[in-house]
Amino acid sequence: MKTRLFGWALTAATVAVLALSPVSGASAKVLKMAYDADPVSLDPHEQLSGGTLQLSHMIFDPLIRWTKDLGFEGRIAEKWERVDAATMRFHLRSGVKFHSGNTLTAADVKWTFDRLKGSPDFKGIFAPFKEMKIVDGLTVDVITDGPFPLVLHNATYIFPMDSKFYTGTDFNGKPKDAIIKHGNAYASTHASGTGPFVVLQREQGVRIDFRRFDDYWDKNSKGNVTEIIFTPIKEAPTRVAALLSGDVDFIAPVPPTDLERVQNGSNTHLVTMGGTRIITFQLNSARVPQFKDVRVRQAIVHAVNNEGIAEKIMKGFATTAGQMSPKGYLGHNSSLTPRFDLDKAKALMKEAGQEAGFSVTMMAPNNRYVNDAKIAEAVAGMLAKINIKVDLKTMPKAQYWPKFDERAADIMMIGWHSDTEDSANFYEFLAMTVDKETGRGQYNSGNYSNAKVDEMTVKTLKMTDDAARAKELQMIEKIIYDDAGFVPLHWQNLAWGARKGVMIGDVVNVMNFPYLGDLVIQ
Amino acid sequence: MEYIQFAVRRLLQATVVMFVISLIGFSIQDNLGDPLRELVGQSVSEEVRNELRQEMGLNDPFFVQYRRFVVNAVQFDLGNSYFFKKPALQVIGDKFQATMELVIGATLIIVLISVPVGVYCAIRPRSLITRVVMTLSIVGISVPVFLTAIFLIYIFSVELGWMPSFGRGETVQVGGWSTGFLTADGLAHLVLPSISLASIMLPLFIRLIRAEMMEVLETDYIRYAWAKGLSTNRVWFLHALKNTLLPVITVGGVQFGTMIAYTILTETVFQWPGMGFIFLEAVNRVDTPLIIAYIIVVGLIFVVTNTVVDVVYSLVNPTVRLVGQRQ
Repeated sequence: MKTRLFGWALTAATVAVLALSPVSGASAKVLKMAYDADPVSLDPHEQLSGGTLQLSHMIFDPLIRWTKDLGFEGRIAEKWERVDAATMRFHLRSGVKFHSGNTLTAADVKWTFDRLKGSPDFKGIFAPFKEMKIVDGLTVDVITDGPFPLVLHNATYIFPMDSKFYTGTDFNGKPKDAIIKHGNAYASTHASGTGPFVVLQREQGVRIDFRRFDDYWDKNSKGNVTEIIFTPIKEAPTRVAALLSGDVDFIAPVPPTDLERVQNGSNTHLVTMGGTRIITFQLNSARVPQFKDVRVRQAIVHAVNNEGIAEKIMKGFATTAGQMSPKGYLGHNSSLTPRFDLDKAKALMKEAGQEAGFSVTMMAPNNRYVNDAKIAEAVAGMLAKINIKVDLKTMPKAQYWPKFDERAADIMMIGWHSDTEDSANFYEFLAMTVDKETGRGQYNSGNYSNAKVDEMTVKTLKMTDDAARAKELQMIEKIIYDDAGFVPLHWQNLAWGARKGVMIGDVVNVMNFPYLGDLVIQ
Repeated sequence: MEYIQFAVRRLLQATVVMFVISLIGFSIQDNLGDPLRELVGQSVSEEVRNELRQEMGLNDPFFVQYRRFVVNAVQFDLGNSYFFKKPALQVIGDKFQATMELVIGATLIIVLISVPVGVYCAIRPRSLITRVVMTLSIVGISVPVFLTAIFLIYIFSVELGWMPSFGRGETVQVGGWSTGFLTADGLAHLVLPSISLASIMLPLFIRLIRAEMMEVLETDYIRYAWAKGLSTNRVWFLHALKNTLLPVITVGGVQFGTMIAYTILTETVFQWPGMGFIFLEAVNRVDTPLIIAYIIVVGLIFVVTNTVVDVVYSLVNPTVRLVGQRQ
């Protein structure tokens, strides 16, 4: 308990704040939280990003959601079953209310599904879904284009929206359900979902006030937060200070430099988890002929001390990687471990006739991933030891992505999180042969290409037997590993900090969208 | 008549300045990055991104885009912010209030401290206090503002728990202006950011006032005043101080604009919802309409403050003639 010495002014302020709080009494549990950014919009279909999903889980509910151990649990869908190879049937919960007071029906779910198919950000994910059919008032069928393994994965993205609420035209005469990225849209600023929290007030970039939804369907939820005040705090030191000083109860992310401080704080605790975002470098063999030689690529992978990076630069706050798929994913192949071995790297360079080394360019962002620029500097230093001279340029992410699209350097950094929480997504975007038509290999700046990887990845997107699929995915991972198709560094860990008594450990997950509806404050 | 001429001249200058700023802002926007990347998720295909780019007119040639911008700009429409989805000018207008309050808070601190301290250091140039103040002012000038800010947060918010660590706190609406000056919570939130912002200018002003005052104290009319047997207080605070403040007004006016620039750092550290903060965010997000609107508005503030300073100066000191003013 800190003594407030500011005296009258602050006492008066406290009284004023208490008097103005809409909820009062002993049962009111207010959660003041701060993330590094606030979501761009209240529309769950406007941008496929972490911020949108975090918000979606507060004001909406998905059909089903991920459990902590990467399984599925029913939310709006009570149960589901496979009807045939291309059809999955979802049985919806009855009596679910939207914030507007409307009752959820299968029509709302279908309406949401159709809207997703038209969203620039989501239509890619939903491309394998042919259509949704209404079976009866509380049952829908999802029909895929042939067998598709990720029906349930994608169902976690279906947050039923209140079709009646979003139908019609707004004050500007525009349809209320329009998805507009760069202008005022009704759905960007108004929301009616089934989620545990209702948006009371929102000042974009400054604060969002939520109140618990009185008619929330999930009466079994232990969550007791009645009100949330959400403030983005961009600067990490300020965010940490806000938690330590008791101005907020819950923050994310906690920067690696402050982990200990939050953990040891007299009034705070820290929750961490191994993450799923892989940080890698890609070696562009179209630009550097030497990179066509697998021995040179292997030499580079062996020269990079990712253990050292994880320990020194990431302060132990990363899990070193030898592959793309993190633990828990079907494709995670436990035999593929990090390969740092400088002597072997030198030997490989010699074997490839590249003992004398060569010069390359490297680019990395400096505000996208945790410590991205420092990591790039470290890797450049490590490559110097096998006589590869690196000319490194780092830049803000806004400038980096156009450079990445141009493949503007010989070695480029890319971090990737699988939107589907499935291994195939990594291979599709990072390892498959670049194909402008299909969009495959969109982030494969190394131009890595192996016909077998292409063929097998496409095959796994049609397989519905998990065991067989896992075997196949792990094989792909092994092929890329043996080819040294990229330089794996680590998976970024996740960290949340909270006041003692705010039981965030029970509601956070590796996807980094805390289920705040279930949060308990003691 | 003179003043009208002066005003017209200044207005024309301002217009040219705005125009040049907009042209520069517009031509650098391609180097800021791709706004589309910030609007869509990472797995969205290049094809879809290009469709959106086309829809937003970002694929048009430079002059087509610039012409469209100028035509709208003369109608006071600087485009919609991509992030806020509102007219950029409206966004800046909303945030301007928070920034102004911060600047006012810092100005109050500067005025209330620099004048007495500066005068004291001039009157007692050899005292221990003066030496301490002078040394500290050197230190103060050289410490970057974000360091001061973080230091203040850690001492007063985290360790002592006296002050709030971020944001504006409780505000009340007074005729379309949301102010933090009228609530205790709002005032408490103003203290640390104002001190941080003031820390840049405070040493400068103490030194400036001291130097001016010492110079004035050496002038003939002050000697004459002493000789005449006027009381010490009268000589110091009436005769000397009045003349000391003349150049201080000029510098103060010009620095007022600079202070707005420094709010970018202060606001970022304190998560102060002002226009400096959103500017930095806009740069990160490549929110070009907002970036250009910001630099135009800040350019305007510079022109206006400089004009006001010129006018005030000419009123206070009749020997000074305004530019363009006839004899």
